[in-house]
Amino acid sequence: MALLEVENLQTHFRTPSGINRAVDGVSFSVNAGETLAIVGESGCGKSVTAMSILRLIPEPPGKIAGSIRLNGRDLLNASAREMRAIRGNDISMIFQEPMTSLNPVLTIGRQLTETIRQHARLGAKAATDRAMEMLQLVGIPEPGRRLAEYRHQLSGGMRQRIMIAIALACDPKVLIADEPTTALDVTIQAQILDLMRDLKARTGAAVVLITHDLGVVAEVAERVMVMYAGRKVEEAGVGDLFRSARHPYTKGLLGAVPKLGASLAGADTRLVEIPGLVPSLKNRIAGCVFADRCASVTNVCRSVAPALELKAAGHLVACHHARREVAAA
Amino acid sequence: MTQPLLEVRNLKKHFPLRTTFFGGAQGVVHAVDGVSFSIAKGETLALVGESGCGKSTVGRAILRLFDITSGEVLIEGRRIDDLTAGQLRPLRRRVQVVFQDPFSSLNPRMRVRDILAEPIRNFGLAASDAELDKKIADLIEIVRLPGDSAGRWPHEFSGGQRQRIGIARALAAAPDLIICDEAVSALDVSVKAQIVNLLQDLQRQLGLALLFISHDLAIVEHMTHRVAVMYLGRIVEMGPKQAIFATPRHPYTKALLSAVPVPDPEAPRNRTILKGDVPSPINPPPGCHFHTRCPVAMARCRIETPVLRDHEPDHSVACHLYDAPTVGSVDG
Repeated sequence: MALLEVENLQTHFRTPSGINRAVDGVSFSVNAGETLAIVGESGCGKSVTAMSILRLIPEPPGKIAGSIRLNGRDLLNASAREMRAIRGNDISMIFQEPMTSLNPVLTIGRQLTETIRQHARLGAKAATDRAMEMLQLVGIPEPGRRLAEYRHQLSGGMRQRIMIAIALACDPKVLIADEPTTALDVTIQAQILDLMRDLKARTGAAVVLITHDLGVVAEVAERVMVMYAGRKVEEAGVGDLFRSARHPYTKGLLGAVPKLGASLAGADTRLVEIPGLVPSLKNRIAGCVFADRCASVTNVCRSVAPALELKAAGHLVACHHARREVAAA
Repeated sequence: MTQPLLEVRNLKKHFPLRTTFFGGAQGVVHAVDGVSFSIAKGETLALVGESGCGKSTVGRAILRLFDITSGEVLIEGRRIDDLTAGQLRPLRRRVQVVFQDPFSSLNPRMRVRDILAEPIRNFGLAASDAELDKKIADLIEIVRLPGDSAGRWPHEFSGGQRQRIGIARALAAAPDLIICDEAVSALDVSVKAQIVNLLQDLQRQLGLALLFISHDLAIVEHMTHRVAVMYLGRIVEMGPKQAIFATPRHPYTKALLSAVPVPDPEAPRNRTILKGDVPSPINPPPGCHFHTRCPVAMARCRIETPVLRDHEPDHSVACHLYDAPTVGSVDG
């Protein structure tokens, strides 16, 4: 049994102009010590998926259906009180914007010890010691001084390290990182990715990494799941996905990103464009969600939604036209 | 030698910090600290660097969105930094800009038609209403917006389409140079590819020069001719794309390139991870600004500021490692 199992997750929002199906039937699982990347463009539902796991979606207007099991326990049936105990303790989250996710009027130390004392039931002294230890772990020099500082006194990279320290303070089993390096510069991003890799190896936590950056995916993920318009369209091991993507959307995404060094070898190359726009999630889409932008679209794509099928070992694809290579067991 | 379209000589822009209650100045932000480069007609120069390195300030200084502290900005050999607003006006037409955020850079109360008509009218580029309509229709077509866009409002468009409106607005003035200040950074991957392709097509069709300000090195490598790498207000390395990406010389350029995540899980990874953060531009470190994070810093780097010098023809570096080829020159 996987550590975290999400089955047929549906997160819908009631809006004045109709129901927005932000996540529409997504299933996946993550094992302990594994990094799963969820990739997709704005509005594909990747962040809503993460927020749903932690039940951070306001209900109403949101509504979560399906099942989310952590060690076999269904989180959707947990009470608000039980969820509070789970958040930060069993599952924690790193958000994209470290500037807005730290409280400006509380010291860094206060925010770190709050989490520790809430969950680990330690005294003030023990909690401060633990906070120091966490800051050292995430590579912050002079942790004693930093504990007394406020967020505006820290740089962007430092703030993100603090967020990671808070998230890891209670040794969570699952760490959800929503675009953890998107707001950072490349040299700082490299530091943070290194840190995350290192900490995962040390703590053995499962990591769900949400990102739009395929470079980051290739660096840290073991398995990748591609989302488009609220649905999962492909899932595979990271090597497999980059080598032999089968869904036309994934292929398009991979072609749309220039690779460093690629244009030096050859003459002028053109980036692959995916024509058109992401469909509105307010209308129920009968067929394949990608049909309107797909180059190899046929009639069946517009009427029947393709099921996720095993097209090769460990490689799931939701496309009527993806070739099957190995007979699925 | 042909005259460059744009030339920037020893540009400096210092922003004084707010004064204290008693009137004493608290300090000066050295946003741009002596930058020189030139752009030829039809050429793309990319200005790369991390946040706070001054790359956007350079773009804004060329647009004269503020007065510069010292230095010169020349368009076809004519100084524009000391012109009055009235003298500058006809020259403004020649340099246009596309901003990063397509949501805040379009007036929500103007229809696309009016957004595009404004520069055409301002610079008197259309003799009649019929000609104006024709120009607007041509612009909409050239940036590949839907044919009925003219009568619509900015909020009706997606991010990528809004960026096309921004590009059309820049093109409306028939410029020679467009400054793209992180023009594709806010866009999604697939849309980013569309806009990058569009900019390249426009450059070829119209012979535009681009100053492409960006932190995205993969995109830069894909579309630029020359690159200038900035760090804390100074250019540390500049040269043709080939030279910068294939044989970077400055330790900062090397570290920057090695930090870029490559979208290929099988690519070899040998990265130089820089320690620490970029120092504050209020009190930049003495000598070479990079010495606090440089893996190969020497005693000299802490005292003496390296000068940007030609290392090979066209490829210049500001680093003491490549200084003064005395007996047995240093390489590496």
